[in-house]
Amino acid sequence: MPMFLKVAWLVMRKDLTVEVRSREILYTTVFFAVACVLVFAFALVKEGRPMDDAAAGIMWISVAFAGTLALGRTFERERHSETLRALMLAPVSRPAIYVGKLLGIVLLLLIVETVLVPLVGLLFHAPIGNRPLMLIALLVSGTIGFSAVGTLFAAMLVRARSRDVMLPILLYPITIPVIIAGVRGTAALFEAVPADELAQMWIALLLFFDIVFVTLSLWTFEPLMTE
Amino acid sequence: MTFDFTEVAVRDVSRHYGRRRALARVSLACRSGEVLGLLGPNGAGKSTLLSILATTLVPSSGDVLYGSKTAREAGPSLRARLGFLSHDLHLYPELTARENLQFFAKLYGVAGVGDRVAAALERAGLAARSDDVVSGFSRGMRQRLALERALLHAPRLLLLDEPFTGLDDASVAALVSRLRELRAADRILVVVTHDLDVAERLLDKVAVLKDGRLVAFDDAHGRIREHYRAHVTEAT
Repeated sequence: MPMFLKVAWLVMRKDLTVEVRSREILYTTVFFAVACVLVFAFALVKEGRPMDDAAAGIMWISVAFAGTLALGRTFERERHSETLRALMLAPVSRPAIYVGKLLGIVLLLLIVETVLVPLVGLLFHAPIGNRPLMLIALLVSGTIGFSAVGTLFAAMLVRARSRDVMLPILLYPITIPVIIAGVRGTAALFEAVPADELAQMWIALLLFFDIVFVTLSLWTFEPLMTE
Repeated sequence: MTFDFTEVAVRDVSRHYGRRRALARVSLACRSGEVLGLLGPNGAGKSTLLSILATTLVPSSGDVLYGSKTAREAGPSLRARLGFLSHDLHLYPELTARENLQFFAKLYGVAGVGDRVAAALERAGLAARSDDVVSGFSRGMRQRLALERALLHAPRLLLLDEPFTGLDDASVAALVSRLRELRAADRILVVVTHDLDVAERLLDKVAVLKDGRLVAFDDAHGRIREHYRAHVTEAT
């Protein structure tokens, strides 16, 4: 296996082992995402009838909020014993460390989404089974785009005093295109007659954002992490 | 061929954080088989200098030579020759002692991970607790493990930021003994400490920093308390 992939795999496996032991981030993130959906359900579902087209928006807002929480907690863990510094001191490609952290976050968020999506389907009467493969493609590509930027900013802010406030302030404006593409693509799939072509267009756009965001993050990670 | 060096030289290094000056034109050097102590009051710039030596911080001006190369010239291969032990220990509390060492050994591309990790656990006196998670360890046990983690890849330059903080006398004595072994093995050690007893037992050279300036750089023998009284006690 090439060294770059080996390092990324090592970092991701370490993150997952730590999470399996503590389950801290998974439980808090799932709880937070479910709480978000429930609050929106109380506000937007009247007499068992949800507001039109609300499901897609609620789903992606919950993913974004839960993702921000997961990003913050993941890097807080690295800050606690200064282990991020230990990673930066290793004689390996620093972008490989970024990719390892990114994969860990993406995997975590995809697990959260397996709880979140059926809940949104249930509470908002969203036809999540209409086009399951396309819905999965939307969720995976959107999650990668959101996490790519989030991982970079969370790593950058790890030593900042106001990192909890700064992360969403920096993250949301830049990931708005990802959230919009995710919402519009999901809404197209949730229509009574799914708009396949429209959904495919949004998936393609999300893949484009993924390529742009991951490339930019790989390029800027090393200089941004060297003070 | 792997990069190696026998001397570290800090040349006219300054570092600013915005308008605040953390280090001002510091120059010093240390060779293989020597232990350099960095002394000074809090905020003197000791940890900043250590971070610059570790390549995690870039100087605003001046440079550090590892042998004949700067960090930029040596590239990532330089980091394979650096070890860092800070008071934050750089260990994952949720992982076991063995998992921590295995993770970093693989990250550093150490050959024969299993044997090297087993030997490190033995040296740390943690062979019997190797499969226990680190969060259950005492400060002294964590410190011993963190030192072995920093030494897994046999670094030439070992940087230690207040390594004696929070240790009992027995742990301090064990750590001093281990650091002496490393000095005898031709490593370069740079130690930040406030512990004068330890400093007198361990250091070969002493550099005293105050307000980011190097106010004394001398052979340590017999003069550490003198320098400390003159520059540190007076400052605090």
